[in-house]
Amino acid sequence: MSPREPLQVGRPEIRYDAAAKAAGTEPYAADLYPENLLWAGVVRAGVASGRLRSVAAEAALTVPGVVRVLTAADVPGPNRHGIIHRDTPVLVDGRVRHAGDAVALVIAETHAALRQAIGRVRAEIEPLPAVFDPEAALGEDAPLVHEERPGNILLAAEIRKGAADQALAGCEVVVEGEFSTSMQAHIFLETENGVARLEGDGTVSMTVSSQSPFRDRFEVGAALDIPYDRIRIVAPSLGGGFGGKDGATVQCLLALAALHAGGRPVKMHWQREESMAAGYKRHPCRTRYRLGADRDGTLRALYCSLLYDTGAYAHLGGEVMELGMEHAGGPYRIPHVLIEGRCVYTNNPVAGAMRAFGVCQVAFAMESMMDLLAHQLAMDPLELRLRNALVDGDVNCAGLPLTTSTGMVGCLEMLRDHPLWRERQAWKDGAPPHARRGVGLAAVFNASGYGGKVRDAAIAKVELNPDGRIAIHNAVTDMGQGNACGFVQMAGSILGQDADQLELRQPDTATAYPSGSASAGRTTYTFGNALIRACEELRQRLINRAGLLLFLDDDCELRLVPGKVIHPPTDREVPLSRLAAFMPREDRVCISQFVAPVCRQVPDTATGFFIGFPHVIFAYGAHLARIEVDLRTGLIRIDDYVAVTDGGAVLNPCLFDQQIQGGVAQGIGYALMEEVERREGCIQSESLATYLIPTAVDVPDILSCRLSGNEATGPFGLKGVGEVAMNGPLPAVANAVADACGIRLRRAPFTPERVLLALEEQA
Amino acid sequence: MKVRFELNEAPMEIDVAPDRRVVDLLREDLRLTGTKEGCGTGECGACTILVNGQTRLSCLMVAAQLDGARVTTVEGLAATTAGATIQRAFVEEGAVQCGFCIPGMEMAALALLRQGDAPGRECIREGLSGNLCRCTGYTKIVDAVERAGRDLHAGREEQ
Repeated sequence: MSPREPLQVGRPEIRYDAAAKAAGTEPYAADLYPENLLWAGVVRAGVASGRLRSVAAEAALTVPGVVRVLTAADVPGPNRHGIIHRDTPVLVDGRVRHAGDAVALVIAETHAALRQAIGRVRAEIEPLPAVFDPEAALGEDAPLVHEERPGNILLAAEIRKGAADQALAGCEVVVEGEFSTSMQAHIFLETENGVARLEGDGTVSMTVSSQSPFRDRFEVGAALDIPYDRIRIVAPSLGGGFGGKDGATVQCLLALAALHAGGRPVKMHWQREESMAAGYKRHPCRTRYRLGADRDGTLRALYCSLLYDTGAYAHLGGEVMELGMEHAGGPYRIPHVLIEGRCVYTNNPVAGAMRAFGVCQVAFAMESMMDLLAHQLAMDPLELRLRNALVDGDVNCAGLPLTTSTGMVGCLEMLRDHPLWRERQAWKDGAPPHARRGVGLAAVFNASGYGGKVRDAAIAKVELNPDGRIAIHNAVTDMGQGNACGFVQMAGSILGQDADQLELRQPDTATAYPSGSASAGRTTYTFGNALIRACEELRQRLINRAGLLLFLDDDCELRLVPGKVIHPPTDREVPLSRLAAFMPREDRVCISQFVAPVCRQVPDTATGFFIGFPHVIFAYGAHLARIEVDLRTGLIRIDDYVAVTDGGAVLNPCLFDQQIQGGVAQGIGYALMEEVERREGCIQSESLATYLIPTAVDVPDILSCRLSGNEATGPFGLKGVGEVAMNGPLPAVANAVADACGIRLRRAPFTPERVLLALEEQA
Repeated sequence: MKVRFELNEAPMEIDVAPDRRVVDLLREDLRLTGTKEGCGTGECGACTILVNGQTRLSCLMVAAQLDGARVTTVEGLAATTAGATIQRAFVEEGAVQCGFCIPGMEMAALALLRQGDAPGRECIREGLSGNLCRCTGYTKIVDAVERAGRDLHAGREEQ
């Protein structure tokens, strides 16, 4: 038998969870069917705006197996949940603001009875005027989605640096453009679900597919008036999240059901159509840009106006827009900047967090503008980007001096040297008849962390188990991105252990410590930093206690290896199981907190911002798409895709590439096909037959190139890379289409119909 | 009704409503939760199982259709050479992220690789095009199936 090797940072260690997932044994929330369970389900409004007059449950209650039909009258507490703004009713108690609003909650013995009963609940809703277009929502006569919100404005804000108006007037070259992006759906394969139970001591305990177990307690507790210490949330591995499980989905409803289920476990699992109707979406966004430069390509001034549609409730809409504003000028030096943002309520489905959180909308606009400018200047688009790319010490468009690693130039240089860029002309010349080929670029970036005023902290706990294994109490959900696998690798590396010796426990508010949400590219960064400290403390302690057992007084001579502490000079050892028996519980546990760095000299550029400004750490990327447009059908085929990424140092190259490839594929869907179609606020594309995401034949092999770097504040030098890749495909494809056919697509996604239309207009 | 079928090479007899969806029969009644449900309408492929060696969507099948059939789910994969090879390739090639699509993906891969020679990447992409994955961008999944195909082909050559 070969000696056991400890895990090491930097190596492509196999994900600790892969074997169980490949065997089908990994337990997701959806896999729970406890004994004696009840099923809960929601009656949805079905109309986008109205006043709920009554709920008639009699017919539903005659269905055999129906236990309860709950309405707002059964909700204890304020009946409002939300992350920043508590504005979302658990069950509607007056105004209906979107078609997916919950008006009643049914509990039944079987799923079949539940479906039947839901169909029999009659909600009488008096229709009220509605508004679906975000521009119209701003109009003076527009119906108000929330009466206390004049103009339907959730947030209006501004970033002003220098004097953009004057500077634009003086620019040698100015380009303009208007762009719009679609409402995108997350389409995690495991739809929103969970199981809850009222315990004997009055605790509501819940296992739920959630990115934010600790915050869920506050949402549930505030909405239903349950003390926080009477709510326990467990979040096992998620079947995808992408932001859509950040914030309460089923949580409040499940807790309410549990309160009325007599101590029996209650399961709720949204079907795909319900997930489409009631789950959170990506904000559609309209942008207007003016970009000015010198004739040599040096950027001088930018004006842009951004309009985000947050739908019926705030969720994180204001924060999504703020992050979009912070990124609206791209990863470039521009001295004069004016960015205006408005995030408005409509009676559309609720938009919330989604991977790249407001940034992919503006990346499309800004990177299209850069190509328009390059075209106007007859400059190589890559050279134009290089000329203006941010470097360490620059001040970014939001007015922040960059003090952390800034690899934009390195990414662009790596792409410039790539054969797919260098040999692009020969490839384009090989286009078959009836087709055109083009190559497009995008330079992108994405902040990580919560930004100013929200403490971005994590508390890690590690524990030597009585059996000698070491438990990592993960407190930030792994929705598939592999942060938990990264934690195992970090802990193994510090503690000298292999995977067999480590046990990863998924978030449980009863045993782990509050560490924020799995979001914002901060999951591995923030918790990882806390974990490093906890593991280092545990390492010192284990070595020290082993020294006691071995009668040694120099800790430097002792070493942790898989399963034991060894003393090489005397060839003696202490197995960790023996050490565990020697140490009391308190001594076997190490807990450590990390608080992410914040900007203490906040630039005075931003007004109207609430929280989350500014960010200090950014991942960067340079993307290339080689595409072919079929002139007969308008179909865009992506033949090759390269994503160069600066994510600091690389913890695990395989995990890194997974994030990049997945982000690019989601971005390709956003570029080519994904759009939640609505009519009168009701979702028309409610299934995966009408809302299309890329299949294996719709995306090419995606090449991920890692720019080796180091972020001094990061755990082992890394930065979060979960989001940045999402920003590249839409603009890279748009620029490739312009390169291929000379048409500038301004409205995403680029369906064959829209491409054909643009080709016709050009002719 | 009583439904008799072979489940992962073991005889199975179960008393079940004839119109019970097979995905519910497997997951809820038999607690074989490796088979996942992602859409319930036959579009995502997460619930793919093999029935008499062919890929079938268990969310679109009812219990009565299983009578007399030979059924393989992800829980039965490791017991076969091809299944174990596929699983190992998925794990080692980094094809697994959230993992929710993986059981269905592996079943589709098994059906594809049983057709004979080690398939090329385009053929693999076609073969997996009924199975949606939202995490991976498919590149590493194709890597895994390509490798499993090569490994199985090499194994057959040796025999």
